[in-house]
Amino acid sequence: MSNILATMGLSRFIENPKANFSQLGKSLLIPLIGLLIFLFIWEIGAKSVHTSLGTFPGPAAVYQQSITLIEEHKAERAKEVKFHERQELRNAKKLEKNPDATVKVRPYTGKPTFFDQILTSLITVLAGFIIASLIAIPAGILIGLNGTLYSAFNPLIQLFKPVSPLAWLPLVTMVVSAVYVSKDPMFAKSFITSLITVSLCSLWPTLLNTAVGVSSISKDLQNVSQVLRLNWLTHIIKIVLPSAIPMMFTGLRLSLGIAWMVLIAAEMLAQNPGLGKFVWDEFQNGSSNSLGRIMVAVLIIGLIGFLLDRCMLFLQRKMSWDKTVILR
Amino acid sequence: MTQPPKHLELTKVDIDFPTPNGPFKALQDINLTINKGEFVSLIGHSGCGKSTVLNIVAGLYQATSGGCLLDGKEVNAPGPERAVVFQNHSLLPWLSAYENVELAVKQVFGRSKSKAEMREWIEHNLALVHMDHAMDKRPDEISGGMKQRVGIARALAMEPTVMLMDEPFGALDALTRAHLQDSLMEIQKDLNNTVIMITHDVDEAVLLSDRIVMMTNGPAATVGEILNIDLPRPRNRIALADDPKYNHYRHEVLTFLYEKQRTPDSIPKKKEAKLKVAQDMQ
Ligand SMILES: Nc1ncnc2c1ncn2[C@@H]1O[C@H](COP(=O)(O)OP(=O)(O)O)[C@@H](O)[C@H]1O
Ligand SMILES: [Mg+2]
Repeated sequence: MSNILATMGLSRFIENPKANFSQLGKSLLIPLIGLLIFLFIWEIGAKSVHTSLGTFPGPAAVYQQSITLIEEHKAERAKEVKFHERQELRNAKKLEKNPDATVKVRPYTGKPTFFDQILTSLITVLAGFIIASLIAIPAGILIGLNGTLYSAFNPLIQLFKPVSPLAWLPLVTMVVSAVYVSKDPMFAKSFITSLITVSLCSLWPTLLNTAVGVSSISKDLQNVSQVLRLNWLTHIIKIVLPSAIPMMFTGLRLSLGIAWMVLIAAEMLAQNPGLGKFVWDEFQNGSSNSLGRIMVAVLIIGLIGFLLDRCMLFLQRKMSWDKTVILR
Repeated sequence: MTQPPKHLELTKVDIDFPTPNGPFKALQDINLTINKGEFVSLIGHSGCGKSTVLNIVAGLYQATSGGCLLDGKEVNAPGPERAVVFQNHSLLPWLSAYENVELAVKQVFGRSKSKAEMREWIEHNLALVHMDHAMDKRPDEISGGMKQRVGIARALAMEPTVMLMDEPFGALDALTRAHLQDSLMEIQKDLNNTVIMITHDVDEAVLLSDRIVMMTNGPAATVGEILNIDLPRPRNRIALADDPKYNHYRHEVLTFLYEKQRTPDSIPKKKEAKLKVAQDMQ
């Protein structure tokens, strides 16, 4: 018996049950209890909500739908493989008859599955976030360094910061369809629209926080820089940037969170491929499974948002010198 | 007939700070000459303008009128030949002790020393302040006294003509302070730098200085008295404790600070008195 417990890593728990119980409880048990209570209330509550698409899905129904979504994805992939096999076979035969024949290789045009939509959303949000950061960080540094620029741009930033993506979207869509015209576009228009909307909305926290971080360098460090007669570039690289990094990361984390929320909204509204479109399509579909499938999407959206934030936190821990700030 | 050129000279220095209620005259008519290798302390009540004087010598502030000459050249910008040890160490928190000193050394000797020479020089200066064992630690990993040591090493490593220290040991406990004072005396004996140190500790001033410059209270503070400390070096704090001369100097400084220059506490009382007069008149 004790052997089994030891292998399970519980022997320490046995040796000092009281102290370890409270630790185990804090780290594992209490979140678990919270989760169970949530599931219970969800199950009970869901049963009593009747919609035109049937009863609201409980945890079990949602679990069922997630399995279905995985199955659908697998089936779609299998179909794709078969399609390519058939195409190759056909082309091979054609070439056998006539070696000079031109063969066509068509891409598979099946319906994007739930997982394809997740991937699309992830790529879009990361691209949008990176573009936003590439604009916001240098601009923030410039604005933070120069008091005049700061006073000039601060009202504008404050004005644009609270604008909802839904307000930008029509404008961006119209501008993109007018400006982005090309016979063989590298990216789909919908991708560009989502990208720009995400960038526009997620720009501001990084911009503002970087500017504040840069402009609030301690007077002491500036004096050090002056006494050492650091030139402008060294001053920026050795003093300004490192001291602004904690604030910059605060901004980046806020920006990424906003980018993810904005993207889902933009996809729903503009029918751009991605998780948002998946939700909207299911809503329009109105089958008895729709609500369950939407609920799966909601949970996945939450999970991805959480993981994105954790990634930024990890980066911040790696890159920031200031280990004293509480990171959570 | 020509006089020897003076080392460091402050002449008729006035400074006005712009404030919302018009200019604030912090210093008025500061005159001070300091010789090469001299250790001078500035002492005075908090807020009288000691840091301002130091900042003018450092070039961080510009005198409104009058000026500062170092070896015959006017001081009008900060520079590494006037290294500053700041009150709160001012190390870059993202660099290790070594890298903090390195930043200064690269800036001053980047052209004249090879990489190996620079490395040796950085290590030598950290060893001078007994910090060679913790070179790779960041400021948040070392104690306040150790940070201050690194700050001193950084200043020393610039081989400054004048070393300016703004209450370098003010935030330290008595034991650490005593340690660092002894280190500083040793280093100064070897290098013979000119040092201007701000302090509010009478014992520290008497123990370390060749001269103590006592400043009057602000606004429009100026040099009140200058006291020559004629005690043989090396000085030993324990031996000096019973030395009548040492105690005489202490007494002089204390008298200046607490009798001739009233503490700022007396100011609110005056205000109260004025208020009373005003009330009586009504
Ligand atoms: N940059 C500044 N702007 C306005 N007033 C200042 C500035 N620096 C110092 N002062 C004022 O000058 C006086 C002397 O300050 P300081 O030199 O810091 O005093 P100390 O170092 O002796 O405590 C104070 O009244 C302070 O408020
Ligand atoms: Mg001061």
